[in-house]
Amino acid sequence: MKARRFGTVIGLLALCAVLWALTPHFLTVSNLLNIAQQTSINAIVAAGMTFVIVSGGIDLSVGSIVALAGVALGVMLQGGQSPFIAVPGAIAVGTGCGLLNGLLVSVGGLPPFIATLGMMSVARGTALVFTEGRPVSGFDEGFRWLATGTAGFVPAPVLVMLMVYAVAHLVLTRTTFGRYVYAIGGNEEATRLSGVAVRFHKTAIYGVSGALSAVAAIVLTARLNSAQPIAGMMYELDAIAATVIGGTSLSGGSGSLVGTLVGALIMGVLRNGLNLLGVSSFLQQIVIGGVIVGAVLVDTLLKRHRV
Amino acid sequence: MGTPGNDGAPILSMIGIRKSFPGVVALDGVDLTLRAGEVHMLLGENGAGKSTLMKILGGAYRNDAGEIRLRGQAIDINSPRAALSLGIRVIAQELNLVPHLSVAENVFLGAAPTRLPGVIDWGRLRADTTALLADLGMDLDAGAPIHQLSLAQRQMVEIAKALRGDAAILVMDEPTSALTSREVDNLFRLIDRLVQRGVAVVYITHRLDEVYRIGDRVTVLRDGRLVKAALLSEVTIGELVRFMANRDLDDHFPKRRQAPGRELLTVEGLGRRGVLHDISFKLHAGEVIGIAGLLGAGRSELARVLAGADRRDTGSIARDGRAIQLRTPADAIRNGIGLLPEDRKAEGLVAELTVARNLALPHGRRLARAGFLPRRCEEQLAEPIVSDLRVKATPAQQVRLLSGGNQQKVVLGKWLAGDARVFIFDEPTRGVDVAAKVEIYNLMNRLTESGAGIIMISSELPELLGMSDRILVMRGGRIHDGFDATVATQERVLSAALGVTAAAAGIE
Repeated sequence: MKARRFGTVIGLLALCAVLWALTPHFLTVSNLLNIAQQTSINAIVAAGMTFVIVSGGIDLSVGSIVALAGVALGVMLQGGQSPFIAVPGAIAVGTGCGLLNGLLVSVGGLPPFIATLGMMSVARGTALVFTEGRPVSGFDEGFRWLATGTAGFVPAPVLVMLMVYAVAHLVLTRTTFGRYVYAIGGNEEATRLSGVAVRFHKTAIYGVSGALSAVAAIVLTARLNSAQPIAGMMYELDAIAATVIGGTSLSGGSGSLVGTLVGALIMGVLRNGLNLLGVSSFLQQIVIGGVIVGAVLVDTLLKRHRV
Repeated sequence: MGTPGNDGAPILSMIGIRKSFPGVVALDGVDLTLRAGEVHMLLGENGAGKSTLMKILGGAYRNDAGEIRLRGQAIDINSPRAALSLGIRVIAQELNLVPHLSVAENVFLGAAPTRLPGVIDWGRLRADTTALLADLGMDLDAGAPIHQLSLAQRQMVEIAKALRGDAAILVMDEPTSALTSREVDNLFRLIDRLVQRGVAVVYITHRLDEVYRIGDRVTVLRDGRLVKAALLSEVTIGELVRFMANRDLDDHFPKRRQAPGRELLTVEGLGRRGVLHDISFKLHAGEVIGIAGLLGAGRSELARVLAGADRRDTGSIARDGRAIQLRTPADAIRNGIGLLPEDRKAEGLVAELTVARNLALPHGRRLARAGFLPRRCEEQLAEPIVSDLRVKATPAQQVRLLSGGNQQKVVLGKWLAGDARVFIFDEPTRGVDVAAKVEIYNLMNRLTESGAGIIMISSELPELLGMSDRILVMRGGRIHDGFDATVATQERVLSAALGVTAAAAGIE
């Protein structure tokens, strides 16, 4: 697993080297910060996705939760609430959706694909009904600091991303909860027979994913200065891609947040580089699809030779 | 069984086979010679190289060096498909059948007779299967879906599948590990029939009693080397054990009896709809209760209820005289009840995690400080257990890389770290080599000496008789009989399990 992580980092560095050779605009401080900022939202969603996938599940509802939590935030802010109320409120909305996913999976016994597919539609629909399909725009400067502010030279979204990863990494590697995430993904029945409250922890795992989707929604809303019910379309696929490129197995039981962060950066660097090179957005989709499949294919082939 | 001798020319010779994996030499110049119409026992402890050798024969691995000759011709088995076309059939320990397809569909999977290309001729498929099953003397319905069959019946299907077409060599890896003794008899009759047709059977087992029952010739491996190849008529069982283990194990069952202490566990009128009825017994400190019964008698179901894995519908359970609720496995653990499940891969271990993390899994709450696991706390918990049980691994190794015996020790170790006083061992020595078996028996002695009680479910009667203080016999979800182990005999326990009275079975 260490070797795999190393491989992903090499892939990222090789990609950077190629882009550096192809365009002088790539390796500049402002461009790199730009990439980090653009990556931050996908990376935050993918952190939650990593918890879910390591536990052997999948969460298709993250994009819709981004929209719903964003809209909830926007409505509260426009209603004159302080960000100190609205931001935790949005996170509560996201967490609630996630916990509902978790209950459907753990207590209801639904396959995660189905439970979160349902939530994907319900959360999106709720966001649209709530706003009558219109964006909620125009927030005060204090809140927009989350998009425009910097700490030293680090843009605020990047700061949020790094904080999310630091905490999430600690939780996944150093707490009993983190251990149980791996154990449930590796062998749920053996974990249950070891006395672990599997239902409780599974529910919490989807709660984490929902909460982090809401954090991404907050950053996105600040950046756009607008909360849109159609925001977050296809985010689930980007998050799954970043997680999988980062070496987490879709069958559960293994993976790491460091890998996911690198996976998200690979996607960010690739999009940025292709833009700098003037590759059309249609063609970009083809390249990104190829990279996702290629990365996992290399991983699979390496594993086969390990025996 | 057949008529072995030195006259028959070998049908298959494997000469000087070598295979290494990163860090280990799995096979170091091993020879194996098979003759048509013989049952060739392949013996060795776990990790001796038996499976690797058979994977080379079956085309799953390539040998690094050495030669394979079939009927005198040098051959190259470069894929499982090549092995199949050469008439070599390997039946793995884990069965590979599609549960929702029928017997016939499984037997002819990938080779079903067709009317037009791609259109299966169902009539012929069924007829061909029925003919094949009848030919092999198997009493099975060709149309029955696999998931409705017992394990023994599934194994029959697997054998029928292997023998479709021209099979010259059949490899069976521990085929009886999950069978009851009557099913074993059926299997042996079938093997006899195959041998008479000239099939060469390679038979891997850990059960030494089977070796002389059906074997003609034996090859013993140890640490990837050939130790002995001989006719079975020329070696004794004691010699075989010494070849395998390189140490004498005259005492298979080192049972040390304790005077029973206080009541640890009191079970009264326990029932679970459809599987368990009116189960009552008492387990005392220092006592081993053996539970005998055929497959499906409700033994594992009882284990699961006592371990909180399944709920009971009726009855009561008391620990140290105090009534307890067992709604979840966590309740059982809190009350000092630990389960060693029947299927360690599916229920006992998280294969991707390390030895230390598996051992610590039931103890997370106790180890953690405000949810955080202190650095190295899992390793510190694991180290004494690993050395105490002599697990041949480091705490940092992934469990999936361990041999069966070592994996079993890890499952056992999970409960040694806690304060479990009641241990439920469901088939504790299945698929475990001789040396590890003895270690598990010794561990049982140590547990009872320290005042623990053990409920041991086993399909191996000698083990039940050798290691228990009392034996309860289950049949149809009920306890039908109880014996003091010192007076019980295999025949009496077996006839109780089968539901035949001792008198009818002609037993004193």
